[in-house]
Amino acid sequence: MAKVKKKIKTIKIDADRCNGCRGCEIACSLFHAEPKYSSINPAKSRIQVVSHRLKDIWLPVFAGEYTPAECMGRDVYTIDGKEYDECGFCRAACPSRDLFKDPDTGLPLKCDMCEGEEEPWCVKWCLNDVLVVEEREEEVEEEEALDDMEIGLEALTNKFGMSKVMETLARMSMAKKG
Amino acid sequence: MRYAEVGYNLEIDLATGNIERVETDPKMMELHLGGLGTSVKIHWDRVPPETKPFDPENLLIFSSGLFNGTPAFSANRTVITFISPQSGLLAYPMMGGFWSSELKYAGYDKVILRNKSPKLVYIWIHNDKVEIRDATHLKGKGALETQDLIREELKQPNAQVAAIGLAGENRMFCASIEQSRSSASRLGGGAVMGDKNVKAIAVRGTKGVNLADGVEFMKLMEEVTEYINYRNTNPIPDVMTILSGIGSPQEMVHTDEKWHTENFAWGNARNRRKNFWTDEIEESWAKAQVEAIKRFISCYNCPQHCGALIDAPNVPRYMMKCFSKLTYSMAAYVDNLDFGFKIAQQASEYGVDGFSTPQILAFGVELYENGILTDKDFEGCPKDNEGRFFWLLDRVVRREGIGDVLADGTYWAAKRIGNGAEEFAHNNIKKHEQLPIKLGMLDPLYFLMYSTNEKISITQIEGNWPQAAFPTKEQRERFVEDWPQLPDETWKEWLLEWELRGEKAIPYFPTPDIAAQIVDWMEMLHNIDDALCICAGMGSFCLKPPYHIHNYPKLISAATGLDLDEEGLKKIVNRSRNLHRAYNNRLGMSRADEKPPEDHWKKRFPEIEEELLTTYYEFKGWNYDGIPTRERLHELDLDYVADDLEKRGILKDGQGQEEN
Ligand code: SF4
Ligand code: SF4
Ligand code: SF4
Repeated sequence: MAKVKKKIKTIKIDADRCNGCRGCEIACSLFHAEPKYSSINPAKSRIQVVSHRLKDIWLPVFAGEYTPAECMGRDVYTIDGKEYDECGFCRAACPSRDLFKDPDTGLPLKCDMCEGEEEPWCVKWCLNDVLVVEEREEEVEEEEALDDMEIGLEALTNKFGMSKVMETLARMSMAKKG
Repeated sequence: MRYAEVGYNLEIDLATGNIERVETDPKMMELHLGGLGTSVKIHWDRVPPETKPFDPENLLIFSSGLFNGTPAFSANRTVITFISPQSGLLAYPMMGGFWSSELKYAGYDKVILRNKSPKLVYIWIHNDKVEIRDATHLKGKGALETQDLIREELKQPNAQVAAIGLAGENRMFCASIEQSRSSASRLGGGAVMGDKNVKAIAVRGTKGVNLADGVEFMKLMEEVTEYINYRNTNPIPDVMTILSGIGSPQEMVHTDEKWHTENFAWGNARNRRKNFWTDEIEESWAKAQVEAIKRFISCYNCPQHCGALIDAPNVPRYMMKCFSKLTYSMAAYVDNLDFGFKIAQQASEYGVDGFSTPQILAFGVELYENGILTDKDFEGCPKDNEGRFFWLLDRVVRREGIGDVLADGTYWAAKRIGNGAEEFAHNNIKKHEQLPIKLGMLDPLYFLMYSTNEKISITQIEGNWPQAAFPTKEQRERFVEDWPQLPDETWKEWLLEWELRGEKAIPYFPTPDIAAQIVDWMEMLHNIDDALCICAGMGSFCLKPPYHIHNYPKLISAATGLDLDEEGLKKIVNRSRNLHRAYNNRLGMSRADEKPPEDHWKKRFPEIEEELLTTYYEFKGWNYDGIPTRERLHELDLDYVADDLEKRGILKDGQGQEEN
């Protein structure tokens, strides 16, 4: 595959500054609403603030890759003397849980850095400077980024198999034409 | 499609266990917006004035406001309404935190509880699935503790839980409802919840809230954001630090408590300690505070951080906000702040009002010191100030011995104790304990706010107008220079003229006419916030706030699709305000009840006070007794209210300004 120059965006998270407001979740869900800016539903946000108030944990976590199967090994964190649930801080949209899945369709959600926007929405609307974007250029192998629909379809094919998905799509389009 | 509001209420009959999801009339938003406005309407329609606070028919409504769940910063209040066991009037304490937005994401604007459950239960709302669950295993558990226990039991780490502690279960009249870092404290919502046998309401929602014009809404929010950033970096000069910023008073951030400790009264709202704030105290208090605070935290979708996670020595962790760090220490005459942090933890788990409770305890101590309560009442009580307060607090929330009497608050306790105890219940308005402030000179603005507002709690009435005149002309000019929140440029003159001493000072200035306008304006701002459920700290309660009468109509229009201008918005909140007043009139409130504590000011001026009240009533369109006139009610489309008041003989025909 060809090498191309690509801008890599990193969002740095200064969790110590986070006040736990969850404004970032609102911003993300508003930006990704359809139509854009029409509704707010934090459960659809691609950033989730994992909070355990009395344990002093307010941790914004970005939705990472979709994974078709659960990990074989699990992680359990102890922070500041307090132990957390298995997978408590994992970024994956994983069959073992509801996090980072669209509550209506069950399809996985992934942070897309707010493609096309000057500044990611969660970054823009966090007034506490917890989230800061850094950009750098890197040579990377060209690969096609999957868009939302592809990620969703991939998840469906993993779950039901390609032929079942194709069949269903064909049936639905017939029904629509009806 | 419904915008901003979700359009459904949850109606729960606790006696039968019947649960209904009821679609609301869109017209109600046009008439009353939401939050407090639409809740008052429900009480008016459904709870007749014969209802007593602990009757099954007394509704307990948990309401979100029009802006909860939207991107509007600081829209996170939950307003809880009920007839108060303490005042006997329609109370509406509010809490910040995270609960009401979650309720909207679950698909409801309000939860309306009626009747009583036969056993202790909690309510679990998960989108369309709503259950009444057994809570007998939670009996006696702390209000904070309960929140985590329920989250664990349901395996729902993101559920938001509002709960009562022991005080609520035992119907202490000042029992609060606690949630996350916030609480709805005033006037005994926790007692009504406990009376209904509801330990908690847990909610988790994964649905959406819609905006009519999201693009426009976010454009307006960009302006609001800019101003928030500006105000956070440019504190107002010439006022006390605590008043210079936005948000709730930054009691967790600031350690300089000279002003509070020397100007507020200690004990049972008795004595000021003029030279309390020594270097030594300053050092030890600052140290205690800095060490106790683990992190500054906010409510839902708010950039400020008025609360804190407290990790004090030998105290389980809890969250604190605002002024409760001082109220117990000062009421108990304890000169170390560690005590404040320690007892506030206990008080939060018990779930009690952090303003009223310390005064009730101090009142008990005073009665004992004055021989009205006896050794028998205090049998087993430690002798030191700290120990005594812990002991009394425990008695009160458990309603044991003398605690059972004190648990009804100072007004009712004094009545029961008799023997001169009434003299000691000296800091009440409408039977409700007030901030422990005792001042010198009658203040016209504060006189009106204290006397007439249905909130009966000054911190949630005052706000946009400075608390006192500025000493110099330069300071006044500096203050008015940039003051876009004012309803009218000409008002700046009033501030410029307002002096510290002489004819243009309190008690003569602001004159009754001017005072009426200023107080009405401040009250209106609170009523807007309370309908939207925006934190008063970002609107009505602070100087030069980000939200005000000029941007609210635009924000509301963009969110809801209504076409509102300033006059339209004012009319809506005025309608709800008058409905609330009429409701309380129906419950027996009138002019005779509208007065600050006798000793609030040393220098009182009965004639000025009389004129202030009469002028203000006239301005509001209320008759001499403080009852809305038919004319005013008609203007506000409330003819049905006038009919009702007339039928009950509360409003007499003719009904004008008659002095009797
Ligand atoms: S908006 Fe910022 S401060 Fe608020 S929760 Fe998100 S990261 Fe934390
Ligand atoms: S960068 Fe954009 S997509 Fe990613 S979490 Fe933030 S708002 Fe959501
Ligand atoms: S200003 Fe403070 S009290 Fe108000 S919503 Fe924000 S954090 Fe909560």
